[in-house]
Amino acid sequence: MVQKLDTLIETPSQTAGPYVHIGCIPTFAGVEGIYPEDLGKRAIEDGAKGERITITGSVYDGTGWALRDAMMETWQPDAAGKFPGEAGADPKVNGFCRFAADGESGVFTLETVKPGRVPARGGGTQAPHIAVWIVARGINIGLLTRIYFEDEDNEGDPVLSRIEQRHRVDTLIAKKTGEGRYHFDIRLQGENETVFLDL
Amino acid sequence: MTDQGPLIPRNRAIHPPAYDVAYKTAVTRSPNLPLLSMESTPTEENGPTFGHSTLGPLDNNLILNYTQGKSPAVGERILVHGRVLDENARPVPNTLVEIWQANAGGRYRHKKDTYFAPLDPNFGGCGRTLTDENGYYQFLTIRPGAYPWPNRANDWRPMHIHFSIFGHAFGQRLISQMYFEGDPLIDRCPIAATIKDRSQLDRLVAPLDMSAARPMDFLAYKFDIVLRGRRQTMFENKIEGM
Ligand SMILES: [Fe+3]
Repeated sequence: MVQKLDTLIETPSQTAGPYVHIGCIPTFAGVEGIYPEDLGKRAIEDGAKGERITITGSVYDGTGWALRDAMMETWQPDAAGKFPGEAGADPKVNGFCRFAADGESGVFTLETVKPGRVPARGGGTQAPHIAVWIVARGINIGLLTRIYFEDEDNEGDPVLSRIEQRHRVDTLIAKKTGEGRYHFDIRLQGENETVFLDL
Repeated sequence: MTDQGPLIPRNRAIHPPAYDVAYKTAVTRSPNLPLLSMESTPTEENGPTFGHSTLGPLDNNLILNYTQGKSPAVGERILVHGRVLDENARPVPNTLVEIWQANAGGRYRHKKDTYFAPLDPNFGGCGRTLTDENGYYQFLTIRPGAYPWPNRANDWRPMHIHFSIFGHAFGQRLISQMYFEGDPLIDRCPIAATIKDRSQLDRLVAPLDMSAARPMDFLAYKFDIVLRGRRQTMFENKIEGM
């Protein structure tokens, strides 16, 4: 035997299940009137500085079927790369957004501003990106990934640089489909499986 | 200091694996390829904060919040309470805890739930609260019923409450479920069984806590939650590579 550490073990994850919307986006589930509005409804408020963008996409399972029950959360800094709460951060940027795939089509939409570059650990910066966390029935622990942008300088980004199979970098890059419009699909499994993060 | 710096790398062994053949939906929704290992960055070390102004007075009272206090929900009245700590055993204050659950008959208020058990007109099924300065939270609710679900031919979910916890960093984000002491369905549930370490599963089973129960009113169950912590080191500000 050895001495006991005075640290604790993280509570184990369990799937968010099919009814995650009741708890996290109640009006989407048809549960009205408990809260004045769903939490994380908007990533930004009117007047947020920077380029307004709309990102759409779907979350696909291993058979190529778009999930109708996925819930996503995103977290990002403002256009200058400052996170909410940091000194000088844009007060109109909430940074956090919560949304569900459409129950009929499986398409999700995120309206926000293009994030700025943020510091990397140990110096340097990271290319503009939005952190995404995905939960759904059948996902036993929430999956973390990132949205980068094809029209930004992603060269030297410390996270993208860690991806050994270079063709997989593409799974983290949103494609520009028009002015201020991007497309970003998430593939949970199989061909072109999205790179998910373990940190 | 407690709210800065890198997260302790997640110990994936204490969590359920993504792929589990007994939980059928997981089969096509589990990444096949290894996740990309990295150290946390400022993106994951920051996170959204929510203030008391976000919350209403009945938000953590599921017995009353659906009718805004007019009419109580049907079921066994219970207090669910506990603390949110991190891996360094420090309380996580002012963090948002959200819950959702079925009603006393095992039916969710959700357009996709078509189970025979009737909806309770006085029960919505969600609640939220912020932990206090000591990481403490509480909810007043009714004990949810067990319910059948389409998986194997006759699978039932044990009584459970879904929990969503934020912490202070996006990388701490966690969703889990609380089970109830003594429920024989826990050992038959493929979702509970995605957790392979029995001692870890036991940590999701809340004990009856008569010390917090109120006579002639409600029983109590205690459920403590541990989120990831941050690395605690004196050497954090050294130059990279040292
Ligand atoms: Fe459930």
